[in-house]
Order: sequence, then C-alpha cells, then structure tokens
Amino acid sequence: MNEILEILSKNAKTTPAEIAALLGMAEEDVAKEIKELEDSGIITRYITLINWEKLEDNPVFAVLDLKVALQRKTGYDSVAERIARFTEVESIRLISGDHDLSVTIRGKSMKDVAYFVAEKIAPLDGIQSTCTHFILKSYKEHGVIPMERPKPKRLVITP
Amino acid sequence: MKLQLKNVHGWNPDAHLSQLVKSMPPSGIRKFFDLVNEMDDAISLGVGEPDFVTPWHVREACIYSLESGITSYTSNKGMPELRDCISDYVSKDMELDYDPAEQILITTGVSEAIDLAFRATLNPGDEVLIPEPCYVAYDPDVMLAGGTPKSVPTKLQDEFKLRPEELSSALSNRSKALLLSYPNNPTGAIMTRSDLEDIADIVVENDLLVISDEVYGKLTYDGKHASFAQLEGLQDRTIILNGLSKSHAMTGWRIGFALGDATLIGSMTKIHQYTMLCAPVMAQVAALEAFRHGEDEMLQMKHEYDLRRRMFVTGLNRIGLTCFEPKGAFYAFPSIELTGISSEEFAERLLREQKVAVVPGNVFGTSGENFLRCSYATSGEELIEALHRMEIFVNGLR
Repeated sequence: MNEILEILSKNAKTTPAEIAALLGMAEEDVAKEIKELEDSGIITRYITLINWEKLEDNPVFAVLDLKVALQRKTGYDSVAERIARFTEVESIRLISGDHDLSVTIRGKSMKDVAYFVAEKIAPLDGIQSTCTHFILKSYKEHGVIPMERPKPKRLVITP
Repeated sequence: MKLQLKNVHGWNPDAHLSQLVKSMPPSGIRKFFDLVNEMDDAISLGVGEPDFVTPWHVREACIYSLESGITSYTSNKGMPELRDCISDYVSKDMELDYDPAEQILITTGVSEAIDLAFRATLNPGDEVLIPEPCYVAYDPDVMLAGGTPKSVPTKLQDEFKLRPEELSSALSNRSKALLLSYPNNPTGAIMTRSDLEDIADIVVENDLLVISDEVYGKLTYDGKHASFAQLEGLQDRTIILNGLSKSHAMTGWRIGFALGDATLIGSMTKIHQYTMLCAPVMAQVAALEAFRHGEDEMLQMKHEYDLRRRMFVTGLNRIGLTCFEPKGAFYAFPSIELTGISSEEFAERLLREQKVAVVPGNVFGTSGENFLRCSYATSGEELIEALHRMEIFVNGLR
C-alpha cells in the first residue's frame, strides 16, 4: 500500500511535515502527493472515529439485512442508491450469502430506528424482507479497539 | 521502612561468596534504572526491547496449549517440531542447512545460549575477542565460563563495524573465539557480507571459533542480514545464536536457539540438560506458532521501526547530536562530543532537567564514551516529544 495512505489511515491528523520525516521525503513532495490523492478521489474524506459509548445521549446503531427482488437492468443499484440517500443510513453494502444488502443505521433511539425501518425501508419496491439487529456493544471499529486495556508497563531501562 | 535483618551470630555471608562473582562489576545501567523509576513522567529511550506486545495469534496459541494441558518437559534439545521448523526456516531464509536432530538446540533465551557457547568451549585463560561497544552480558559471561574477555574497539569512522586492523591488533596466542553481535546493540551497526569477508582470513589463520549473536538479524533495514556462517566454508566454525525476542516482540518468553556443528551443539546440550533441562514448553509452543505464521506481523513491526528510525535519526542530526545511520536493531547512537561533557553527565542531566532517559554509551564499553544509546522502540509521539526536550537541553549547553 502507498506509505502515505498507510500513515494517514491510522491517523489523519499526521501533518505533511511529520510524514516527510517518517518517510525521509521532502515536505512539499508529501503535500503534493496528498493533494493528488485527494483530487483523484482516493482519499474521499477525513473523519473522526468516536467512541459513542462514552457519551451520555449516545446514538443507537443497527445493522439491517435486506433481501431484494432484482429489477430488470438496474440490478441492486437502484434500490441501494435510493436507500443510501437517507441520512439515517451510515453505510450500505452489497453482500453475499442469505441476504443481499447490509445497511448500518444510526438513530436517536431504538424506537426511532424501528420506525425508520418500518416506514421508510420495508415498504420500498423490491424489498422482500428485512431483519434488524440492534448493536449492543462495540468491541472494535475501523481496526481500533476502543476500550483497550492499557499496555503493560515495560521496565524503564533495560540493557 | 527497610527491614534490617540482624545478623545475631556474626555470620558473614560475604566471606562465602566466590571471588569471581565478587570481582564482577555491577551493571552500569542499574543507577539509571533507579533514577528513572523515581520519576513519573519521564520518557524512556532506554528500553532494549520492542514496545509491541507479542502478536495475538502467538499468545492465543500458547493459551490454547495450556488449556490442552501441554505442560510437561520437552526433549532436552527442544520440541522436535520446533527444531524441524527452525531448520526449514533457516534453510529458506539464510540458505544454511542444519540437521534438526544434532545441530539445533532450543534455549531459554539467547542469554542462555551465549552462556552455553562460552562454557562449552573455553578453558581457563582462553581469550574471547569482543568488539565493543557491546551488550553488557558478554564480558561477565566469558568470566563466569573461566575465560578472559578481550575488548576490540570499534570506531565511529568505521560506522562501528569490526575492521581487520583492529581485530589483528587485539590477537594474542590465547585468542580462542571471536564474538560477533551484528546488528549491534547499542550502536545499530551492521556487518555486510563484504565486511565479514574482510575479517574472514584473520579468523581462519588464527583458528578462531566465531560465536555470532544474531538476535537483531531480522531487524536489518535496506537489505538483508548477513551471517559469518554464510561465508564459503565457514559454517562449521560458526555458532549462530538467535531468538524471537526482538523480531517477534517476545522478550519475556525467554526463547532462543543455537545452530552449529554437531560436536559444539552436542557439548552445549550437555550443559543445558544439567542446568536448564529444557526451555519452557509454553514458550516453545508460542515460538512454533511465531515461526509458522508470524512473518507478516514481524514485517509490519519492522516497517514501523524503520519509519521511526528515519524520523528519529534525522531529528537527532537536526538538533546537533550527530548520528551515523544505524542500519539494524532499534537503536540510534548519537555522538555528544560537541557538548564537551561526558556521556554519563549528559544522560544524568538530561534525565533530571528534561526527563528523558537515555543510556550513556560508556556502559557498553570504553569506546562508547561520548555517545548515547537511544532506543526508538518507543511510540512516534514519544520520540517527537523526546527530540523536542533534547533540543532544549542541548541548546542550554551552548
């Protein structure tokens, strides 16, 4: 993988100067390459990974499995793109296996999410069945273990 | 309050100590250890081990073995599967063949393997040539084996490689063995194949045994580690000592191995069976997993060290602590000559004034004076902060 992408994928706040020091490159060259990655759409956005569970009024997340009746010509795309437009939808992916689409939904409460599924998703043309799984606890997100135990201490000086 | 045990009968334990143990100096690192320990927020660049935890798949394999009740002794030489695995690995990785039945011994860390190699080969008065600066255990280990350590200085202008001139001038008629430890702790120096070829004639002419501690071998940047055993016709003359501590972040497991001629490995095994019996079985199980499936994570850790290495060495040079490019291990060895103070004073004041712990170079031998050992097996953030504090300290000295 591109080394700049690797560093940014772990910490988007790493500055071009820091990346330049790590890779032994010139700062301008790093900045130029990042600009190119952004312009070409390889880097789409810099977002913040939040441990929602630490907040008092944390949002509710659910994974929604959908079975879809295929439509002529457009395949899964038309229904998937339609669902993707809802702001409640965090992600939507075409998957293999028992279901066709896997949708992650974010809402204020369980009721809120249940209402959204019943009112907005289930009645859509082409949706054959829905199965909603509320997320109870997160153990790892985007490669990060949010509540990781502190690293055991090393001896301060060793030969 | 410290408990003081009263010696009511006037018995003097000191009189019962061996003269040899009494004559051995305590490790110079101890003093700094105590100093750093007193501070809460010191950044330590003094640690000689990875900052990574052993990869999960290795820990998990060990946990499973404990659940399955694998808790007995193994063969003295180590589990046959592990020896087979090491034989295959070394054959592919270094193009060297060792018979797992007779030429491989699993030890309790490379530390034990070093001790065994000296004890199996040294007679009283035999000299072991030890390039310095070097790891602190070689000299005492030679002494405990009844031999005499003979330092061979290496220099900054040679990038701390062992040069034939230095080796020649350290020879005597008692010279028995040459200890090589490259990539080197504390300097980060490496010996390339051609560097090793430069000293090969002297080794052969003087019939020296080569004991090669290659525990940092996998941490060689820009190229591949070269071993003395890989030189034409010199495999039998070389005992390779290696382990997973540094490459696979497995220091606490205490697992190492020795590779060499069947007679030498057999003699080391003799001592090992009486003093250690076998390496801990749980660590052997973990080592097997690490050899079989650990390559990817090992390379990832190495890549991470390499990034920090570039950043840290550039930073040291920028703040005026001139540093040659260390091509192996995870240490930078900057010179402090320009500051005009000794390494010990530098290290102690840096710790007290800026709360950054480094190890003064003289701890690793007199040719380490005027240098510092800084480990970059520390997070990037800590390294950046340490550089910042060191810059303030160095500027204050001007």
